[in-house]
Amino acid sequence: MNPKTMDLKTFKGGLHPPDGKEFSADKAIEICPLPEELIIPLAQHIGAPAVACVEVGAKVKKGSLIANARGFVSAPIHASTSGEVIAIEPRPHPMGKALPAIVIRPDGADSWDESLKSANPGDLTAEELKACIQAAGIVGMGGATFPTHVKLSPPADKQIDTLILNGVECEPYLTADHRMMLENTEQILDGIDILRKVLGIERAVIGIEANKPDAIETLRKEAALRNIEVQALEVKYPQGAEKQLIDAITGRQVPSGTLPMEVGVVVQNVGTAAAISAAVRLGRPLVERVVTITGPGIKDPKNLLVRIGTPLQFLVDQCGGLNGEPAKIIMGGPMMGQTQLSLEPPAIRGTSGLLIFRKEDLPRYEAGPCIRCGRCIGACPIHLQPTTIAAYARLDLFDEAAEYHALDCIECGCCTYICPATLPLVQSIRYAKAAIMAKKRTL
Amino acid sequence: MLASILTLGGIGLFAAIALGIAAKKFAVEVDPRELAILEVLPGANCGACGLPGCGGYAKAIVAGSMAPNLCPPGGAETIEKIAHIMGVEALSSAPKVAVVCCQGDNIKASLKYQYLGLEDCNAAQKIADGPKNCPGGCIGLGSCVRACPFGAIEITAEGLAVISRVNCTGCEKCIATCPRSVIKMTPLSATTHVLCNSNDKGALVRKYCQVGCIACQICKKVAPESYTIENFLARVVYDSAENAEVAIEKCPTKCIRDFASGYPEGSSFAAVGPGTKPEQAA
Repeated sequence: MNPKTMDLKTFKGGLHPPDGKEFSADKAIEICPLPEELIIPLAQHIGAPAVACVEVGAKVKKGSLIANARGFVSAPIHASTSGEVIAIEPRPHPMGKALPAIVIRPDGADSWDESLKSANPGDLTAEELKACIQAAGIVGMGGATFPTHVKLSPPADKQIDTLILNGVECEPYLTADHRMMLENTEQILDGIDILRKVLGIERAVIGIEANKPDAIETLRKEAALRNIEVQALEVKYPQGAEKQLIDAITGRQVPSGTLPMEVGVVVQNVGTAAAISAAVRLGRPLVERVVTITGPGIKDPKNLLVRIGTPLQFLVDQCGGLNGEPAKIIMGGPMMGQTQLSLEPPAIRGTSGLLIFRKEDLPRYEAGPCIRCGRCIGACPIHLQPTTIAAYARLDLFDEAAEYHALDCIECGCCTYICPATLPLVQSIRYAKAAIMAKKRTL
Repeated sequence: MLASILTLGGIGLFAAIALGIAAKKFAVEVDPRELAILEVLPGANCGACGLPGCGGYAKAIVAGSMAPNLCPPGGAETIEKIAHIMGVEALSSAPKVAVVCCQGDNIKASLKYQYLGLEDCNAAQKIADGPKNCPGGCIGLGSCVRACPFGAIEITAEGLAVISRVNCTGCEKCIATCPRSVIKMTPLSATTHVLCNSNDKGALVRKYCQVGCIACQICKKVAPESYTIENFLARVVYDSAENAEVAIEKCPTKCIRDFASGYPEGSSFAAVGPGTKPEQAA
């Protein structure tokens, strides 16, 4: 299918970074072998960190509960292989600090916990399905890791009418969702059916960027039978951001300071849908995910099915090792990913990619003064004035930054990417956001 | 022609009379003492007294709601003058200066990562707890320099903040902005300080800093009454610091410094006598 002939929808703003997907788009998903030890952090999701419920020395099976959720906005954590708990201690975390983690030494058998029960989604009520999703520790797999059961529990006064599946993968270099859509089509569609039943709605739309015509074609063939729409979208960053995706597909704009449920929409990643299907049909909790290991600093880029807790160094070793001296290691995509201090931290639930650049791949320019060209304003998908907010942030004038809606910034990084003066705009805005939030909490 | 002259002249006359009456009738009574106090205050509007500016402080003194000795930048001289204006006895406190308790610049202390973002310590601290391996050391991006109303702080070429003992007035603005609390208030009379702010154990400190306190206890052994060690970090006991200097030579990591004999390496400030400010000495 020629993408140009498709009816492509999109939002206003954004930009077109080089997509770098050629490194790994054609590589089928491979199963990553077992490392010597798995480091499973207790903080892997938005919300309160989980609380360990096993002792050092405990024998666990793959899928056994090892940490309980703390509160509603939290998620339980399960062992990602069978073996022995050898430590519960602070270990390097992708956030850049040492945070509490459960360390498991695999026994090599990799056997599933027998107590996990499979079920037929048709036999369960919506509430039972939601409980199943919550118990399996399913979180948003796009990278934000927001607990899924919270998104599926809108207040009674919010009428949901549309479920949007996010298969956009607008971050350059990443191909994990793309491969999932091609190889796990059936599981994704089954997950969508479960989600529709939980929300009690009929309309479901899968949004996919037009640079994945094979995924669009595959899903269209299968989805039509189940009354699921597949919408091709213009290739533009950040097309996969929740509010931009809703705007493109439904034409509805989420008001400032509110959630998508305000306009009757729930958005879930396609990877999340597949995980939900596995959680309900097979009773398997979220213990593995697809990670794209790529970038010019990797010898043999791959898409790997990785057990949560596998150290990044081990992933690099599976991909032929480093191709030269690494200068920047990023977990996630290049636009919004988290820069890593080393390859010691493990892959966690939000790890959609591991990206390695060498020094020669990263041109650096000295930041200059703002030339007031307004490109950041044109690129901002939220229609903010990044340069103004950043200027206030630099002067510590946080009330003024808040007046310019700093809190609506989605931190997509378009402003920093486009800035000809190479100013650290998004970092300044994040700094202001943190200060505004801290101020709000003390009031 | 005549009409316009009369009209304009009339308006002018009316406005003049009205303003004249208003000036007499609505005159704001200003206590002459308030103006006199404002005259002797430094006028930096630094906020060290707790109010936004000198005007408010002058008013508060006259109203009796605040004591006259709350202006550290003014020093003993100002306090005395204010006390004289108010007709009370001066209760001056010992002058204090701020000291950056760190010598680990970008050469002496190792870096966790290369920071390329916003030139601000508070912004850098948000990224994996700052670019230095030391959790307490000076980040050196100059947030304190921008906060100082008196231009008393400099950043050395290797990224270490140093505070001039001559220009520091003790207003504590730098302390409020520093994300790592590496700046401490100390009596001006004390010139010997432990320049380290890491509470890590000695073995760990040695790994990331050449000039960090390793809590070896030697300073406490040679001058027991002058040093205390808490959380793996030595501090001078300023109430009994007479013998503090004897430990300087003994300290294995050279993290104790006497500012009377010189500022930390890389600073452009010239050492001046034992703690006295020249303009006060004169």
